[in-house]
Amino acid sequence: MAEVLAPRAGFVLRRPGLALAALVLLLVLAWALVPDLFTHYDPLSGVPREKLHGPSAAHLFGTDETGRDVFARVVHGAALSLRAAVSAVLIALVAGSVLGLVAGARGGWLDAVLMRVMDVLLAVPPILLSLALVTGLGFGTTKVAIAVGVANVANFARLMRAEVLRVRAGVYVEAARAGGVRWFDVLTRHILPNAAGPVLVLGVLTFGTAVLEISALSFLGYGAAPPTPEWGSLVAGGRSYLASAWWMTTLPGLVIAAVVLSANRISRALEGERA
Amino acid sequence: MSELLAVRDLAVSYRKVPAVRGVDLTVESGRTLAVVGESGSGKSTTAHAVIGLLPRGGRIDRGSITFAGQELTALSARGWRAVRGREIALIPQDPAVSLDPVKRVGEQVAETLLIHGLESRRSAPAAAADLLRRAGIDDPARRARAYPHELSGGLRQRVLIAAALAGRPKLIIADEPTSALDVTVQRRILDHLGALAAEENLALLLITHDLGVAADRADEIAVMSDGKVVERGPSAGLLAAPGHAYTRQLLSAAPSLSAEPLRPRRETGEPLVSVSGLRKDFGPVRAVNDVSFELAKGQTLALVGESGSGKTTTARMVLRLETPTAGRVRFDGEDITNLRGERLRLLRRRMQLIYQNPYASLNPKLGIADIVTEPLRAFKAGSRKDAAALLDQVALPASMLKRKPAELSGGQRQRVAIARALALRPDLVVCDEPVSALDVSVQAQILELLVRLQEELGLAYLFISHDLAVVRQVADHVGVLRAGDLVEYGRADDVLHRPAHEYTKELLAAIPGHLENAA
Repeated sequence: MAEVLAPRAGFVLRRPGLALAALVLLLVLAWALVPDLFTHYDPLSGVPREKLHGPSAAHLFGTDETGRDVFARVVHGAALSLRAAVSAVLIALVAGSVLGLVAGARGGWLDAVLMRVMDVLLAVPPILLSLALVTGLGFGTTKVAIAVGVANVANFARLMRAEVLRVRAGVYVEAARAGGVRWFDVLTRHILPNAAGPVLVLGVLTFGTAVLEISALSFLGYGAAPPTPEWGSLVAGGRSYLASAWWMTTLPGLVIAAVVLSANRISRALEGERA
Repeated sequence: MSELLAVRDLAVSYRKVPAVRGVDLTVESGRTLAVVGESGSGKSTTAHAVIGLLPRGGRIDRGSITFAGQELTALSARGWRAVRGREIALIPQDPAVSLDPVKRVGEQVAETLLIHGLESRRSAPAAAADLLRRAGIDDPARRARAYPHELSGGLRQRVLIAAALAGRPKLIIADEPTSALDVTVQRRILDHLGALAAEENLALLLITHDLGVAADRADEIAVMSDGKVVERGPSAGLLAAPGHAYTRQLLSAAPSLSAEPLRPRRETGEPLVSVSGLRKDFGPVRAVNDVSFELAKGQTLALVGESGSGKTTTARMVLRLETPTAGRVRFDGEDITNLRGERLRLLRRRMQLIYQNPYASLNPKLGIADIVTEPLRAFKAGSRKDAAALLDQVALPASMLKRKPAELSGGQRQRVAIARALALRPDLVVCDEPVSALDVSVQAQILELLVRLQEELGLAYLFISHDLAVVRQVADHVGVLRAGDLVEYGRADDVLHRPAHEYTKELLAAIPGHLENAA
C-alpha cells in the first residue's frame, strides 16, 4: 500500500484537482483533531442576541436560531462525523474482506451460501438497509456507523472475492502450495497482499459515501442527540429556516459535498495509479 | 535486384533511453533477412520503426528508412495509412492476442481489403476466403465464419498471415511469427510463409531470437545486440564462420544447433518415482491415457510433447497437484496416489516444482529473501538467514536479497525459483519448461546450472519440454507424449537417434537448424 499512497510531488502538482482534494481532506482532518485552532466560538451555547445572522467576517457560515456560530458547529462536528464514517468504512472493509477472502479461497458450498446472502444485501438499497438496521439497533452516532458499515459489507465481500479468485489462479500461489506452504500462510502471505489493492481503493471511495449516508441518517434524526453538532443533523436543523436563513443548511451541506467529492477524487487517483 | 527497404543509421529511443543506436539494414525483393537477437537487443523496435508503429514514448532520433525510394521517417499519419498493409505488412508475434475476439476472422482479413479499396463490400468475403486458402487454411469458407477462440494457435497465425497478404504488400515483417507455437506447427507455418514469399517475390524481414530458425529460413542474417547490428552476412557464411564474439556466443548457446549432452547420460539406477497406468479425465476429455514410466535417483527423465499432449498434467499428477483418475504413483517405494492432507504436505518437502514462467511464479509483493526461504518457513527447517547461501548456490549475489522480483531479469528470476525449489534439499524436482520463457544464452546458463546442481545434490529431474533440442542436452531417458498417450519411451540416445515412432521422427525433423545440419 505504501507505494500506492506515496504520491510523487510532480504527479500531484500536475493534477490541481487532486491536490485540492487532498487539501480538503487534510483540513477536515485538522478540524476533527484540533477544532479550537479554527474557531474560538462555542459550538453548544450561542448568543441569542446574534441569532440568524448571515455569513460575515465574524461568522463565516452565519449563525443559527439560538445564535450559535454555524462554522464552529461544523468544525466541532467534524470529529464525530469523521469518526462515524471511518468506523463505518472499517466495519465494512474488515467484515467484507474476511467474508470475501473466505468465500473466494474456500469456494464450494460456503462460497455459494455467503455470496447468496451478499446478493440479498446488494438487492436492498443501502439507505433502506441502514434505516432498518438503525431502527433495530437504536439511536446514536455509533449505531448509525454500524448500520452504514453493515449495509456496505456486501460490496467489499464481492470485490474481495473477485480479487481472491483472480490471485488464487496465479502461478505463484500454486508454487507456494506445491512448496508445502500451509493453506493459512498461502492466504495471508500470498493471496491477501495481492488482492488487497482494489479493496483499499474501494475503502477510500466508500468513505465518501459513508459520510453522505451517515449525514442522511442523522438528518432523519437517528444520529447524535441535540445539541451535539454533527454534519447531518446540522443540515436537518436548518431545514425549518430554509426560506429565511439559507446558510444554515447550504454551507454545512457544501462541506459534506466537498468531503465526498474529495474522497472520490483521491480514490480515482489511487485506482488510476495502480492500473 | 534492387534494394526494397534500406535502413540507414537508425536510432530510436524510449523517453531518452536509447533502444536502437545506429542500425543499417537492407532487404531486397524476393529475399529474406533475419534479424536475430535476444530480448532488449532492439530487434523488435527496429521492426516497429520500419512500419511506423513505435509504442508510446518511442521516437526516431536520427537516421533514415527508405522503402522503394520513399522516405518513411517523414511520413504523416495519413501517409502511413497508405503504406501500412499496402506496401509493408506486419505479422505480429502473439496470435492469441493479435486478433479481435468479437469479430469473425474472415471479416478481419477482409478489413484490410476494404480499407485500401481493393475489393468492394460485396466481393470482399470471397476474396478473404481466398486469402485464407492461400495462407494454408483448409475449408476457408467455413473457417472465415469462425471466431478467433474457435481456432488453434497455428490456425490463428495463418489468419494473421492471410491478413498480412491481403494488401499485396511488397515487404512482410514477421515479428517472431512462430515462437508461441509448437515446433511441428512452427515448421509448417515457416515453410508456407517461405513458399508464399518466393511465389510472389516478396521481401521478408524475419525477427527472431532463434538462430536455428534464422539459419533455416533466411538468405541473410543480421545479428543485433544492445541496439546495434554486430554482424551481418549471408546465412551459411555467417554460421560457418561467425566473425563477432556475440554471434559465436549465440551459436554455442542455441540448443537447436548443439547436439551434445551437457553431461554423460546415465543408464541405470535405483528408482525414485514409478508411475503405472496413469490416466486423467477432465470431464469427457481424456488428458492422459495409460502412462507408465520410471525415474531413477539422480537422473533426468524428459517428457516431450506439444501443447495439449498431457505432459504437464502428467507431471502435476506425479506431484499430486492433480489426483489421477486411474493408475498409481509410487515415490521412493511408497504409494502416494491417494495421500491427502498433512501427509501430502510433508511429502512436498521431498518433491519441488520449477515453473515455466519466472514472471508469474514469484509473488510480486515479497522480497527475494522471503521467496527463497518460503519452503523453509513452511517446514520450520531454517530461517531468512539461510537465504544468502541459497542464492549463492544458484550463483546470485547476496545483494539481491532485498530486491523484489520486478527488479530482476528473467534469468535471475528463474534462478530464484530454482533456489526456492532446492531450499529443502528435495529428491525430485519437476522442471516444467524451465527455460522456454528465456533468451537462448540465458537458457544455456540455466541448463548448465540445473545440471551442475543435479551432480552436486543428487537430484532427480522430471523435465517437461516441448523442445527436443533442449531435451537432448539434459535427458537420460525420454518419453514422448501425444494426445495423452506415451507413444515412445526409452533411453535418450535411442529415442533421439533411432526413433521408432513416426511422431518422434516428425518432432526431431521440426527442430530448427535441422535443415542446415542435414545439408
